[in-house]
Amino acid sequence: MFTAGAESLLQQAREIQAEELRKFCSRVSKLLREEDLGPDAVDCLRRLFLIVSATKYNRRLDKTCVDLLQATLCLPVCPEPLQVLCAAILREMSPSDSLTLSCDHTQSTRQLSLVASVLLAQDDRTEEVRTVAQHILRALESRQPEGPSLRHLLPVISKVVGLSPGVLQEDQTTLLSKRLTDWLRYASVQQGLPHSSGFFSTARARQPGPITEVDGAVATDFFTVLSTGHHFTEDQWLNVQAFSMLRAWLQHSGPEGPGAPDTDDKSELEGSTLSVISATSAAGRLLPPRERLREVAFEYCQRLIEQSTRRALRKGDSDLQKACLVEAVLVLDVLCRQDPSFLYRTLSCLKALHGRLSGDPACVRVLLPLARFFLTHGEAAAVDSEAVYQHLFTRVPAELFHSPMLAFEFVQFCRDNLHLFGGNLSILTLSFPNLFKFLAWNSPALTAEFVALLPALVDASTAVEMLHALLDLPCLTAALDLQLRSWPAPSERPLWDTSLRSPSCLEAFRDPQFQGLFRHLLRPKASGTTERLAPLHQLLQPMASCARVAQCAEAVPTLLHAFFSAVTQIASGALTNQLVLLLLERSDSLYRVPQFEARVHRVLSSQFLALCKLKPSLVVELARHLLEFLGSVSGVHSRASMVTGVVWAVGEYLSVTYDRRCTVEQINKFFEALEALLFEVTQSRPSAALPKCPPQVVTVLMTTLTKLASRSQDLIPRVSLLLSKMRTLAQSPAASSPHGDEGAEAIHTRATELLNLLKMPSVAQFVLTPSTEVCSPRYHRDVNTALPLALRTVSRLVEKEAGLLPG
Amino acid sequence: MVHAFLIHTLRAPHAEDTGLCRVLYSCVFGAEKSPDDPRPHGAERDRLLRKEQILAVARQVESMCRLQLQASGRPPMDLQPQSSDEPVPLHEAPRGAFRLAAGDPFQEPRTVVWLGVLSLGFALVLDTHDNLLLAEGTLRLLARLLVDHLRLLAPGANLLLRADRVEGILTRFLPHGQLLFLNDQFVQGLEKEFSAAWPR
Repeated sequence: MFTAGAESLLQQAREIQAEELRKFCSRVSKLLREEDLGPDAVDCLRRLFLIVSATKYNRRLDKTCVDLLQATLCLPVCPEPLQVLCAAILREMSPSDSLTLSCDHTQSTRQLSLVASVLLAQDDRTEEVRTVAQHILRALESRQPEGPSLRHLLPVISKVVGLSPGVLQEDQTTLLSKRLTDWLRYASVQQGLPHSSGFFSTARARQPGPITEVDGAVATDFFTVLSTGHHFTEDQWLNVQAFSMLRAWLQHSGPEGPGAPDTDDKSELEGSTLSVISATSAAGRLLPPRERLREVAFEYCQRLIEQSTRRALRKGDSDLQKACLVEAVLVLDVLCRQDPSFLYRTLSCLKALHGRLSGDPACVRVLLPLARFFLTHGEAAAVDSEAVYQHLFTRVPAELFHSPMLAFEFVQFCRDNLHLFGGNLSILTLSFPNLFKFLAWNSPALTAEFVALLPALVDASTAVEMLHALLDLPCLTAALDLQLRSWPAPSERPLWDTSLRSPSCLEAFRDPQFQGLFRHLLRPKASGTTERLAPLHQLLQPMASCARVAQCAEAVPTLLHAFFSAVTQIASGALTNQLVLLLLERSDSLYRVPQFEARVHRVLSSQFLALCKLKPSLVVELARHLLEFLGSVSGVHSRASMVTGVVWAVGEYLSVTYDRRCTVEQINKFFEALEALLFEVTQSRPSAALPKCPPQVVTVLMTTLTKLASRSQDLIPRVSLLLSKMRTLAQSPAASSPHGDEGAEAIHTRATELLNLLKMPSVAQFVLTPSTEVCSPRYHRDVNTALPLALRTVSRLVEKEAGLLPG
Repeated sequence: MVHAFLIHTLRAPHAEDTGLCRVLYSCVFGAEKSPDDPRPHGAERDRLLRKEQILAVARQVESMCRLQLQASGRPPMDLQPQSSDEPVPLHEAPRGAFRLAAGDPFQEPRTVVWLGVLSLGFALVLDTHDNLLLAEGTLRLLARLLVDHLRLLAPGANLLLRADRVEGILTRFLPHGQLLFLNDQFVQGLEKEFSAAWPR
């Protein structure tokens, strides 16, 4: 479809030179001046359209050409393709300061509509919107029976009102409301005559018969968008358009006026009104136009709901029925907000509808606006919202996570209606495992949505479970794929990745031994417990290269950041400790998707440091666990960023300034553990199994050991010995291969600086363990206050004075 | 209401990055207002902004489509379909929706609904509270009409020089961006009208 020929065509259109364009414009002008506007003119205008639209930069067309385009648009008789092209070219050039187009010269409503499309694209520079609106209304006011077709005008009004809500005056709004009421309620119930019927049609053709419902039966009541026939009358067309713009119009002309927000205290009004409202409809009474429109809108929606129970003969109509149901519920919601007296009648109708639809998976998308309706008006109506949410949050995500449109709408529903959940937010927070299924399956489209939604989902009681769930998200994707494969095959195309076959994984999924773990992973609600899913990580390894799993894995770091920024707002001291322990534990228990571990480690390490900064005393409180972590050497190479973070935090926060409970014994214990770690890391030879240790790990170990020594000064001789050894090691040729020349250089430099610093123990203490009075007047943190610079400065001072110092 | 409709190229997911995503046709219904900006806007600058916004949407749709196809393990899209008589299986075509935050790239938050048909992407830019079911149905209808009436399956066909037909379809089925509740018979009626004005 898009061949190289088309690419070159675009290229040509973009690169046309000014001179050539001028010639082309004059050719177009010549053709447009002719009496007979034939296919040549159309062809030229097509090319002109391409030239104007192909580039994002402006094209200067000759004034004569532009004037002729405008004139052609307003000709009384002109083939439609030409007029449409003129309008399109003028619109593509917009906004433009050189247009002289106006609605005054139009000869038909179709032309008026085309001219309006050009004028409305002008950015409202000279009040075009208002002008267009006035013209349209004038045309609508004229009630000639053989008059111009109004079909082309309603969409313009709808657009105008959307662009500029205050553009219509009160009486104009009332007039339009009246006309809309007529079109919605009193459209003809006979089929229209075919266009071609004329002088020679037979008597039978003059009586086309009544309209039908979508299932073929004769229509039982007034005409709606779900009424069918072979041909349609003008007012039936207007009925369709009127309903299409109804919701926007109701919102625009509502009692709150354009732009006013909903208020929560409507529910009080609703509650008090319900008790005095009678159940009879107000159809018989004479109502002012707006109220009448609302009444008619209500009847129309009820009729649509009734019509949607019919079994449509065509698929297109069946799809339309669902769209109509959604719209009907949305319109009823608007009506009930504007006039609480509708609530009583609406509720019984919608409750019945909900009952009917809950069992039908094809109609699940209608449940969302229904749920929103019950959420909004539930208080006044004492609706059992529990039952509504139960079904929605428990069953729907678990069964239908794979539908991209439903997933999007569901998450939008959660995001947009947070304020309506009120005290019931726990329904949302406890359902996070189910919501994550949408995310795991459709991660590219939903990651941004979840980043915005996470702050609402995060809760102190489920935070730990949620963090586990986020770290296991790619694993969830794999499990969902297996679940789909093991469900009875649908009639359509398979929903899972057909290019990937992993019989071993499928067997594992069905193996009773692992049922418990899979069930935990696929649970619908937060269970309050955590399970170690490490066996599943291994079992599902073959699926780690699957594209969907990889996409999910890419999204996890972003989600983790969002999670942590939300949880730090609400975390107590105890929860912070729990989260830190979780971080440390999970850092070597992750599903092995390529690059996933490295990325997650980076995030976990930076979040660990952030948590330590928030609560420095956790280093002392969790000293035992940190020691254990540091003792497991085999993990160092694969968890380099984590180890660096932990070691740095120990050096920074294991001191009395941050927690009075810090003992010398603890400092000594950590010293020994870190010393052993440093020894292991530098002595072990790099091999294929153990990749080389990054030099940052070595330097941070050395710095931390020095910091600890500055706090417990008996350790200074040991540390000095260690540092000299390191310096020698770094200089030896054997060191440059594992760490690279730069790495060895850095280690050597750092060791030297630390040794120099230790020659003056009190200065060392000041630099490495500054007390809070020293730290707090730092008005900004920048490179100048960083430790490496301080070390370097002291070092240089010491070396300069080396001759003057004793020993 | 629909703010914009666009058609753009979709490149195969595993192909080398030859060329860029091209917008083949776009139509913006009405202009986005910028009430708070006191600077007088150059008309050219506004137009440039509009074009850039549309291109940003096209690129995002392309990447969403590519990711979806990769995730479902489908083979790279054929640039040429098997035969021009085969009806395009639109109900199996990749499709989706995503939200655009305020300011990125449109002033107000908007929703994009998209559909991928062979190597073309179709997208509608909507307001956030529009009826998504209706929008999806309308988009599928527009895609079907465009593929049929522009014979996009025939080899060597392209829509660059046939914008008049695209416009004709849009003025009937999405007039001024208004989503219409059209049942099958209405659609047929409109299609007949269109064919009368644009004979094949």
